[in-house]
Amino acid sequence: MRLSYPPEIKVIQVPCTGRVDIIHLLNALENGADGVYVAGCLEGECHYRTGNLKARKRVAYVQKVLAEIGMEPDRVAMFNLSSAQGKRFAEIADEITARIVALGPSPVNKRSKTHATV
Amino acid sequence: MIVADRKSLEEILAMVQEKHKILIVGCRGCVTVCNVGGEKEVEILEASINLARKTSDQPIEIETVTIERQCDNEYVAQLKEGINTYDAVVSLACGVGPQFLSEAYPDQLFFPGVNTTFFGGAVSHGVWEERCQGCGTCIIHHFDGLCPVARCAKSLLHGPCGGSSDGLCEVSKETLCIWDMIVKKKMEQGRLNDLLTVMEAKDWRSARDGGPRRSIREELIP
Ligand code: SF4
Ligand code: SF4
Repeated sequence: MRLSYPPEIKVIQVPCTGRVDIIHLLNALENGADGVYVAGCLEGECHYRTGNLKARKRVAYVQKVLAEIGMEPDRVAMFNLSSAQGKRFAEIADEITARIVALGPSPVNKRSKTHATV
Repeated sequence: MIVADRKSLEEILAMVQEKHKILIVGCRGCVTVCNVGGEKEVEILEASINLARKTSDQPIEIETVTIERQCDNEYVAQLKEGINTYDAVVSLACGVGPQFLSEAYPDQLFFPGVNTTFFGGAVSHGVWEERCQGCGTCIIHHFDGLCPVARCAKSLLHGPCGGSSDGLCEVSKETLCIWDMIVKKKMEQGRLNDLLTVMEAKDWRSARDGGPRRSIREELIP
């Protein structure tokens, strides 16, 4: 399966999305990422049981912070898919890139580059 | 422990609005345990303020430090170096912290980053409840270890009142009636008769009603 996804996306691998903390998402935005999204396993299928559920709550926390400071909460998102869904991965990448491009560059740097995290 | 809630970002941003260089001070005591003012929360607040200021094109310089306890002058003294080089300092300790800091460094401005709420503990992950209100004369042994002073909305020493219904207090559907719990526990333990004892009126002078309190231990004074 040779699928492509937008080259603007920077993938950061973690053993489990449960490792992704609020501070990591905030730091990415602080450093100029136009958006960050977390791609976790399907709910109920976390190898560590609740890693992806924790990640979802942390994403929600960061969305709240963005809303409070007047930045679009949609710049941060959580997706769930299984590691066997390569096609879905590419679709999500397209979807999130389109969403972030529509929001425009981050007010932090006003550069027209899209970064995202998996 | 002392439990607190982080103030809203909006409120904290307003406090430091005109400032260009600030220090955020965390505390490794109670506020670390209730996940509101420890090292991790200091970092999150730093990143949030930074992000807010960057997006509004008013960058700010932020430094952070987390000390062992802000309610202890021995540790507060560690901040001496450079404390007056900041435009303001935000403390994420309970209300005691920024006061100890203000007393130690009278030239600096200190802002509370949290709202101090109560003495309690975590009943489950992420949920804290009040258990004590520091009344100064503990009487919970009369109530099988349940405190009606802190946990009954009216601090009744003889209860429940007529507002108790289905185990809930009349003040809210979220609040358990502690008197319902006391009576149930006494019944379960076969000690219901204990409640026939009339409690003497509580002397509230040992509580806040007597003014700010002080504890002196002669044996510890050098
Ligand atoms: S009786 Fe007073 S000291 Fe004892 S738990 Fe209740 S409020 Fe705290
Ligand atoms: S309902 Fe129970 S907890 Fe509420 S005020 Fe009455 S006795 Fe106290």
